[in-house]
Amino acid sequence: MAYRAHVIISGTAEETQQVKTAFVDTIDALGLAGEVDVQEAVDITVAPRGVEAIVYPDVTHYTDLTPADAQLIAEEHLYKGRPVEGLIFREREVEPLDTPATKEVRVVLRNVGKINPENIEEYIAEDGYAALGKALTEMTPDQVIAELKTSGLRGRGGAGFPAWLKWTFARQAPGDQKYVICNGDEGDPGAFMNRRVLEGDPHSVLEGMAIAAYVVGANQGYLYVRAEYPIAIHTLRIAIEQAREYGLLGQNIFGTDFSFDLEVRMGAGAFVCGEETALMQSVEGKRGQPRTRPPFPAVSGLFGKPTNINNVETYANVPQILLKGGEWFASMGTEKSKGTKTFAIAGKVKRTGLIEVPLGITVREIVYDVGGGVLNDKAFKAVQTGGPLGGCIPEKHLDLPVEYESLASVGSAMGSGGFIVMDEDTCMVDMARFFMEFAQEESCGKCVPCRVGTRRMLEILESICAGKGQPGDIERLEALGQYVKLGSLCGLGQGAPNPILSMIKHFREEYEAHIYDKKCPAKVCRALIEYKIDPETCIGCTRCARNCPVAAITGAPRQPHVIDPEICIRCGICAQVCPVDAVRVE
Amino acid sequence: MEEALAITDSIIDAHRANPEALVEILREVNERRGYVTREDVHRVAERMDLPRSKVYSVASFYSLISLEPLGKHVIRFCEDAPCHVAGGREVWEALEQELGIPFGQTTPDGEWSLLTTSCIGACAVGPVMMVDDDIYGNLTPQKVGEIIARYRDAETQGGTA
Repeated sequence: MAYRAHVIISGTAEETQQVKTAFVDTIDALGLAGEVDVQEAVDITVAPRGVEAIVYPDVTHYTDLTPADAQLIAEEHLYKGRPVEGLIFREREVEPLDTPATKEVRVVLRNVGKINPENIEEYIAEDGYAALGKALTEMTPDQVIAELKTSGLRGRGGAGFPAWLKWTFARQAPGDQKYVICNGDEGDPGAFMNRRVLEGDPHSVLEGMAIAAYVVGANQGYLYVRAEYPIAIHTLRIAIEQAREYGLLGQNIFGTDFSFDLEVRMGAGAFVCGEETALMQSVEGKRGQPRTRPPFPAVSGLFGKPTNINNVETYANVPQILLKGGEWFASMGTEKSKGTKTFAIAGKVKRTGLIEVPLGITVREIVYDVGGGVLNDKAFKAVQTGGPLGGCIPEKHLDLPVEYESLASVGSAMGSGGFIVMDEDTCMVDMARFFMEFAQEESCGKCVPCRVGTRRMLEILESICAGKGQPGDIERLEALGQYVKLGSLCGLGQGAPNPILSMIKHFREEYEAHIYDKKCPAKVCRALIEYKIDPETCIGCTRCARNCPVAAITGAPRQPHVIDPEICIRCGICAQVCPVDAVRVE
Repeated sequence: MEEALAITDSIIDAHRANPEALVEILREVNERRGYVTREDVHRVAERMDLPRSKVYSVASFYSLISLEPLGKHVIRFCEDAPCHVAGGREVWEALEQELGIPFGQTTPDGEWSLLTTSCIGACAVGPVMMVDDDIYGNLTPQKVGEIIARYRDAETQGGTA
């Protein structure tokens, strides 16, 4: 079927369907069904705006579409060849996804948003499964490992352990029954890279897992995906069915004696199940609590058998490495952190969304070049990398290259790739409280230092934000942080204090202001700010008093008004309605 | 009672009463019924030859399995950092105000439960909430009111939102 044009649509579920239907119906009515193809993708561009569509090959980007707009575009642009100017998104040019200007190099994301994930033939057309074929028919397991070693691929889930070495351990472990597992329990707040790969290019992961299974000697695999990713699960199930139909999964793949099949297993809402031993417990039908290591999963993992477990992104890199060579991958990145990495940019930045860049790019480049800079051009304050188990990078480290070792050296971590940008209006004590709340919520409870330590740290942070901080609180947080790190069995407990400790390290004055001066410099913590009316500016229009939900403002008409701080609930409505901007927050 | 447990039985059967599938089974019961009852726990234990304490310990561990009855519509609002940085606090307050209950509770008429959830991976469009199985992003206090109103209107008209 030779289509001359493609329309790719994305948006929130309900409205997207209506727009898609309008496109399809109009295209059919105009007799274009064989010439124009309409597809859905999820989050096609960096800054989603309503229902969007991109018409290829023109790369015309339409946003905020209604069904009527879809009909118009089909008639004018697709039928008559005249793009509809009024609907085109002009605020920013949409560049083809891979250009030097964007500094992106899409390896793992190369097909996402471009192919239909529910059609295996589109994946195959992009060299899909060629790597598996090559591995099975032209390479020995040791040769595959050698290629991986040259590539320098490190586990992309966050630990950064060399992939070739992990596979080697599982390969060498004695045993007839072995497993491969894909960790799709992406739970880091701010991270959604794995979700997009599973939704948009599931076969790349299946292929990577099959290659791993060939190398380690496994015949069965599990894809553990969190239940909060229903689209990913749906896409994976279809992909697995199609791969089986095409003989790419199942018995005697590519006519060799290698057989491999896999199934999807769903999580049930527990962040700790992203930890590999907890994940295996969950697959076995138990509480997701981590266990001691050694023994490592490679030796004794799922059901006590040798198991290779890697992150979604790690597997997704493997086919490209085998096809283009380990040296190609190693030509990108830095000496110890080779290749590319996906990052999810969120928070106070102009362009949120997913990117994939060679490692070694600086934090500044990611925030300003790729991310477009801080939202509303406010002052940059910090970036949280590595999610709730990572640390913050303040302005003075903006030129730090993003790689495993350098991030760790400033008290942060690569993690799975979350990148939360914070500006001058973010309170670093409030943020620490948020991260600790998450850790507390998700702690499995097995280790006392984690279970109780995170609660105590949270209590201290809450009291500081409420204006009840005590001298010595910072030191208590630092000490508790050390105990929690040292006494915890898994990465959750070991990492939970990191955000707080790094924020204290880089923003200690802010903590001291909260405790000693009872002030919140970023004007976030309600208990520590006061709304005041500037008597010089106030014109006495009484609008604030009339809108105050708790009647905290008094004043006669045309006289300066006054807010009673005892009654005021800091809702900010007075500041919003004041016509002369007389309400100040201190 | 037996009727209600027929759901549980069919789910157990679909998984061939395999103890490995315990987490999946309980999650599916939760999905179908809205939560997991004590009778469900007992039935699962009996049919799968597991101690009740074990089934209960798994059911109480995972956040998508609820042992408490929930409202007809369940709102799960992301309470994590990226959504918070994107303006989550105002939306949080709007939700509590709109439904008239604090987070963690169900409205007296049994229509709405207001819960928090950990990150669901839609951070680029935060603040985010799930209403039952649907995800809503780019939330503002105003949008929250509109979304809830849509569900309420659908109720009075006897349809679905």
